[in-house]
Amino acid sequence: MIKRIFIFMMLALMALIFFNLAINYNESTELSKLGHYYVENGPQELGAPNLVTAVVVTYRGLDTLGEVTVLFISAAGVGLLLRRTRRKDDDEDLEKGDRAEETAGVHKPASEIVETATELLLPMVILFGIYVFLNGHLSPGGGFQGGAIIASGTMFLLLALPESHISRMMISIIESFSGFSYVVVGVLGVTLAGGFLDNRIMGLGTYGSLFSAGAIPLIYTLVGLKVGFELSAVLDRFRKEDTGPL
Amino acid sequence: MSFLADLPISLIVLCSGLGLVLVGLWGMLTQRNMIRMIIGFSLTDTGIHMVMVSIGYVTSGTAPIINDAVPLEDAVHSVVDPVPSALVLTAIVIGLGVTAVMLSYAVRIYKARKTLMIDECTESKW
Repeated sequence: MIKRIFIFMMLALMALIFFNLAINYNESTELSKLGHYYVENGPQELGAPNLVTAVVVTYRGLDTLGEVTVLFISAAGVGLLLRRTRRKDDDEDLEKGDRAEETAGVHKPASEIVETATELLLPMVILFGIYVFLNGHLSPGGGFQGGAIIASGTMFLLLALPESHISRMMISIIESFSGFSYVVVGVLGVTLAGGFLDNRIMGLGTYGSLFSAGAIPLIYTLVGLKVGFELSAVLDRFRKEDTGPL
Repeated sequence: MSFLADLPISLIVLCSGLGLVLVGLWGMLTQRNMIRMIIGFSLTDTGIHMVMVSIGYVTSGTAPIINDAVPLEDAVHSVVDPVPSALVLTAIVIGLGVTAVMLSYAVRIYKARKTLMIDECTESKW
């Protein structure tokens, strides 16, 4: 009961703080100094019409590298927590019964509608993901969004064909390759251009075309591949399958 | 309800975000089911994103993407602040990663205890 009162008091105090924040809030009528600089100079300096992309990939590129690292660590943590162990043959009967029930759930096929829709839509979903991360510097979207769309394609696949095998090896190879290349591109920025993750290591190209804005499409492709395959690996880990004794 | 139309739009988003933070905190503190606690965390997370986005809003601004509708010369006066948007992009991804790790812990605890209630896991509490 005491605990309930404390929780209620804490929430009431938080609400008071929030109320004061909201009551004194004034909508800003002009950009902050930093935002003003980015908007004014971003397009000329980096050649990217999408300014959020310019900030994420180049001006704050180091933060994005950290973000990718956090996502990698969390994917590795999920992989470690939900790792699969080999099924032992000398298990107890009771556990065998449990397993049989579980695998029966796994083997139940998806309905024909879902399967057909997946066959039809899966290539388009993947293609759309690739479109989103390739056009990250021109239109809303980018590596993380495109990667999430690719992972939703994987989700589709797992819903329709629960038995489908996703190669761990392929996932880890693509993931490590893109992560490593991302860092290499960043280091090239130090030697060839103004600093770490500077996108001007390649020519800026025609403003507004697909292959422009220097290394931004390259970086976003790497990020998109990395995020897409990482999230696919996470989804694959959450798939119900025989997980063996803990 | 006509006074709502006069409020600045970012204030509405800000208040909704702060409300979501409170709902999420309430959920995390009072619920005993781990999945519900994780849902509370997600609500708080989303609320914070909404607060951040609303702070970056500039009156009658649009998305910071230069195109025909937002010419380069006038961009400074017609777009919202790109920095909070970029921060929220980062925060969404990290929130997703944290949620995935929490859910996998919940799966592990469920496998070990056959329950999702946090009260059942007492021996390692302190």
